[in-house]
Amino acid sequence: MKENYYQPEIECASREQIRAWQDERLVKTVRRVYDNVDYYRNLMKRKGVTPDDIQSVEDLHKLPFLTKDDLREAYPYGLLATPLSDCVRIQSTSGTTGRRVVAFYTQHDIDLWDDCCARAIVAAGGSKDDVVHVCYGYGLFTGGPGLNGGSHKVGSLTLPMSSGNTERQIQFMCDLGSTILCCTPSYAAYLAESICERGLRDQIKLKAGIFGAEAWSEEMRQDIQNKLGIKAYDIYGLTEISGPGVSFECSAQTGMHINEDHFIAEIINPVTGEVLPDGEKGELVFTSITKEAFPLLRYRTRDICVLTREKCSCGRTHVKMSKPMGRSDDMLIVKGVNVFPSQIETVLLNKGYPANYQIVVSREHNSDRLEVKVEMTPEMFSDALSQVSAREKELVEALKAMLGIYAEVKLVAPKSIARSEGKAVRIIDNRKLY
Amino acid sequence: MTVKQISVFVENKPGQLAEFTKLLQQNKIDIRALSIADTEDFGILRIIVDDSYKAVCVLKEAGYVCSVTPVLAVEIEDRPGSLVRVLDILGDNGVNLEYSYAFITRKRDSAYMIFRVADNDRAIEVLNQNGIKPICQGELSELFGE
Repeated sequence: MKENYYQPEIECASREQIRAWQDERLVKTVRRVYDNVDYYRNLMKRKGVTPDDIQSVEDLHKLPFLTKDDLREAYPYGLLATPLSDCVRIQSTSGTTGRRVVAFYTQHDIDLWDDCCARAIVAAGGSKDDVVHVCYGYGLFTGGPGLNGGSHKVGSLTLPMSSGNTERQIQFMCDLGSTILCCTPSYAAYLAESICERGLRDQIKLKAGIFGAEAWSEEMRQDIQNKLGIKAYDIYGLTEISGPGVSFECSAQTGMHINEDHFIAEIINPVTGEVLPDGEKGELVFTSITKEAFPLLRYRTRDICVLTREKCSCGRTHVKMSKPMGRSDDMLIVKGVNVFPSQIETVLLNKGYPANYQIVVSREHNSDRLEVKVEMTPEMFSDALSQVSAREKELVEALKAMLGIYAEVKLVAPKSIARSEGKAVRIIDNRKLY
Repeated sequence: MTVKQISVFVENKPGQLAEFTKLLQQNKIDIRALSIADTEDFGILRIIVDDSYKAVCVLKEAGYVCSVTPVLAVEIEDRPGSLVRVLDILGDNGVNLEYSYAFITRKRDSAYMIFRVADNDRAIEVLNQNGIKPICQGELSELFGE
């Protein structure tokens, strides 16, 4: 298999070289934020750490964590590490809860971010001969600007479509011969369906897609790949750290390479904060070591995943992260086992149920009980009790296989699970553990 | 040679059946037969009504999950032994019953059995061979009303 690199000397650097970059850049960044940012200095003082304590990546664990709450508290300029006059751009999170988070970029920051996205595009087979169709949103959201910048770096012809207007998306795709599609996986699935419905599958020239910004399953990947006849690549990022391109998938499609020359990744136990060894599931924490304007130290992403340093068939040496498996803020521990609503959601979707569910955890006779309420649908219903029961049993078995513990399934009437402001209440924990 | 049965998903908790029947009452839908299969958590209500189309519309509008199943309705004499005869015919010919329930009517001096089988055509065939004709939707309608 031909491998494609944008910066081979970095993407395939030796582990020693990557470590040397990280050591040097981390030490510099810590010193700089301690000197320039009151907020960091106070955090570090409170933990009794000085820049002198940080001599290499080995010492990273000594630094305090940073959370979204810190970013909100320091809003808007509290974490800025360069003069505002050196900044050229602001991006912001979608801000579904509480105050928005804003991130600042110098021109150099934008350049490095674009490089990261360029690596993702080239890994997906992109070159100057490609037409990169970007229908992530443009604006404060990082999706559009990130992939747009990366595409420019690669030298591809860039179509800054932004989101929406499916008719126009498809028309441009056909007329201008888009070869690489960049959008959210759900929009890709929708586009794929629309293209097939209109019988335009043979009019499009797409060969690859770079999809991120939301959770998607392996089944969804297969579906998109089959409908569009492309290879679908995952991409990960968050505004706080830069945007898309913090990590990206290679041809192996077995996890996303983290751009370790810019970001140091750790996996921690979300409850204790203890650093976990590679291969263990926990919360992903990033330290950005090349950012000028908005460097974040040990930022807790709340995304749960696994890191692996096994040799990748693509030749890249950078650590790989799994798809996020859930969020640490809604993780449950039932019978000593970590349970994520996203795992339950995956099972339900695979088995043809809607993602309207509710998890009820209770404790009876000192033993945890997990119940999953699932809304009945016309598709799953039958006049024969045996069939409904068989489907219910199948679901229980699939949940057991996914979670490792028994979960009771309770079929309930449609629309009976409480919805508040469109967002369902997913978890009810009656154990009163805290 | 079949009649339409409506099956409805209901949760197994107090007041559900009352709420369901109230809805039919408000819409002046007449129930001819009703049976319930239940588990600990939920039940499946099966009903034969005068106007199945209207009933399904009303139920869907109210947010119920329901389905329409063609089932066999067989008229039998209202006396001991007549059910055995029908069941023997089905059993001897390898027709498996999924479920069954009965109703009577004031219009005729008969009882009616509802049979849900896997293969309606096969069941009708063996019943016909033995001189039994399951009633159709039209005949069922005649059993309703004053």
